Amino acid sequence: MVGFLNWDWVARNWPAILERTWEHIFLTAVAVAVGALVAMGLSLAALRRRRWYGPITSATNILYTIPSLALFAFLVPFTGLSTLTSEIGLVSYTLLIIVRNTVAGVDGVPQEVRESADGMGFEPARRFWKAEFPLALPVIMAGIRIAAVTTVGLVTITSILGQGGLGYFILAGFRTFFWTQIIIGTVGSVLLAVAIDVGLLRLERLFTPWIRRAAA
Amino acid sequence: MTDRPLLEELRLFLGDPGAWWGTGSIPFRLGEHLLLSAAAVIMAALLVIPPALWAAHRRRGVTAAAAVVNIGRAVPTFGILVVVVVWLGLGPWPALVALVALSGPPMFTNTVAGVMAVDPAVVESAWGTGMTSWGVLTGVELPLALPVMAEGLRIAISQVIATATLSALAAGGGLGRFIVDGFAQRDQGELLVGAVLVAALAVVVEMAFTRGQRRLIPEGIAPDGGRQGREHR
Repeated sequence: MVGFLNWDWVARNWPAILERTWEHIFLTAVAVAVGALVAMGLSLAALRRRRWYGPITSATNILYTIPSLALFAFLVPFTGLSTLTSEIGLVSYTLLIIVRNTVAGVDGVPQEVRESADGMGFEPARRFWKAEFPLALPVIMAGIRIAAVTTVGLVTITSILGQGGLGYFILAGFRTFFWTQIIIGTVGSVLLAVAIDVGLLRLERLFTPWIRRAAA
Repeated sequence: MTDRPLLEELRLFLGDPGAWWGTGSIPFRLGEHLLLSAAAVIMAALLVIPPALWAAHRRRGVTAAAAVVNIGRAVPTFGILVVVVVWLGLGPWPALVALVALSGPPMFTNTVAGVMAVDPAVVESAWGTGMTSWGVLTGVELPLALPVMAEGLRIAISQVIATATLSALAAGGGLGRFIVDGFAQRDQGELLVGAVLVAALAVVVEMAFTRGQRRLIPEGIAPDGGRQGREHR
């Protein structure tokens, strides 16, 4: 595959490749950040009122099931070929995974921890943020990582809307049957997904130092 | 886009007899979509489940396989589709290859997770009663792993139905045709019909499978076992 690529093209277009990589990272980061915030709100609602968990997962599951191409097609008449259209689609695919992992993570916190927190006189909000949330963080982060890797792949499809980060090269190469562009777009997207996954894992370790201490 | 109101566009598209009968009609595209999805899931299952069962049964190569599968998950389906188009040309093949690649990972991980999660005491007793390796796999591990495997199949099916839409980008068939053609011809009626049909099909198949899933599960094991391992990594 190495001899297969037109390295001259790669060298000449390096600035464009970097620019599209940043666009890819930006589209992914915004989608995952907004998705995590919205999902956190939905999870808090579901944790507070158990009855809402069913409807919230059903609704996010339907969003997750709608094909991206169909969703973009729905939105284009209203929001046009814009970043907003892309982000609405990308955010809606992150919700299910993050909500489910957040609720499962908080549910998995041992009952003793809750009782100890209550016993120490923590009011519910403090108990949640100081005890339950940090202990659930590994499971929540696992959800965010899956959402991020999925989003990196989906961003390539937004090239149809005139964005797409590295997906731009896949679409451009598709139109001209130019291998180098297709490979740069596809392989670049995979490498980006792996890099983001590793980055988020590092971040998680940073925020949960007690886990490594326990393991050591 | 055109100036006609959306309802008028819808009426025009749905009022054409060609939308209901013959090549390129709604039933025709629906059939193509289901056929393509079924072929992809069956091929992926045949390719992926036997090695996954073997690896999990022998407890061999599981970590390495999991790493490969995780990277596979990161490969954009759109990229695979385009690579195959350039390689084999336009038509139904690019979408089939891309969809097989898409549906393999969830079935692989859930099969491995399902077999590995079988209570070791149960497997030990099976060996202890003198069952053969094949007997332990097919008589004990496989049936007990079924709920988790069924969940992997469900994820694969719903992802494939949704993503089979991309087939139209490679000049393949399926419901995505309405979306891609509607987009290209600025026909909002066709676009909307395609989007609604694909979304509805994905949701309906997902709900039907969730109901049918219970039947795949042998009686007497985990009442809600089908919910486990869904996002297993």
